[in-house]
Amino acid sequence: MRQGVSILLGGVIFGFGLALSGMTKPELVLSFLQLRDLGLLFVMGGAVVVAMIAFQLGPRLMKKPLFANQFGQNKKVLDKNTIIGAAIFGLGWGISGLCPGSAIASLGTGNFPVLIGVVAMFLGAYLQGILADK
Amino acid sequence: MPLSLFPLGIWHYLVGGLIVGLGVAVIFLSTGIIAGASGVFTSTWSYLSGRKYFHQPEFVSGRVWRLIFSAGLIVGALLFTLLISKSQFVTQVQWWRLALGGLLIGFGTRLSRGCTSGHGICGLASFSLPSLLAVLTFMAVAIITATVVSALGVFP
Repeated sequence: MRQGVSILLGGVIFGFGLALSGMTKPELVLSFLQLRDLGLLFVMGGAVVVAMIAFQLGPRLMKKPLFANQFGQNKKVLDKNTIIGAAIFGLGWGISGLCPGSAIASLGTGNFPVLIGVVAMFLGAYLQGILADK
Repeated sequence: MPLSLFPLGIWHYLVGGLIVGLGVAVIFLSTGIIAGASGVFTSTWSYLSGRKYFHQPEFVSGRVWRLIFSAGLIVGALLFTLLISKSQFVTQVQWWRLALGGLLIGFGTRLSRGCTSGHGICGLASFSLPSLLAVLTFMAVAIITATVVSALGVFP
């Protein structure tokens, strides 16, 4: 229960930050990708710095998270799918100006056409799951 | 050439980014979870599909918190809209670009096991080499793609 509330709170803060920075506007993201406004670098940089402080100091200063038994580890692996998948994502990002977090958050700003993109993301992930199952 | 690399200023970008990072920090320090956004697109299928792939432990055990996190993203953006901006924004990007882009994004982020939040924010913040390479790849491909799209006369 307390875990659920803190995840919801974290998500609310995250979504508020995305909306404040304008990442819920595909037009603004496209203007970054077309190198007309490099502000997105500050969004990502600011988020990385705060997350880095939490990831580095949290496990050193606290024995365990407030409402759980252990801190998770980043388990990203490197294989050809990591890179091929990233390239396919980049293609979609450049076509639409959408990325997963900001597309989901967009729905809260009344940017309803983005729902098309979110539904398509679920379908794309389904396709990936089916192909991986074979 | 534009007069500035930051025609809208930098402060709302920087403050927004710091707040996004705070959201990641709140979740990590309270639950130990390293939160990325794209996992929900796979884990939610474990409710609807019997396929083995969607029933791996990481997807079944993560499906509840991922939906809660996604709901939080929507509520947070709604709060910003109601309290601060007080205006709705509706994109002019064509439906076919949202649909095609969305399909590629869903497929690609799940194949790569991360997106702008999982690889971009959380991966870089934990000094992950796979994430760094993923970020450089999707940034480069997206910049080339968006530039080509605009050169083909497709706007916005």
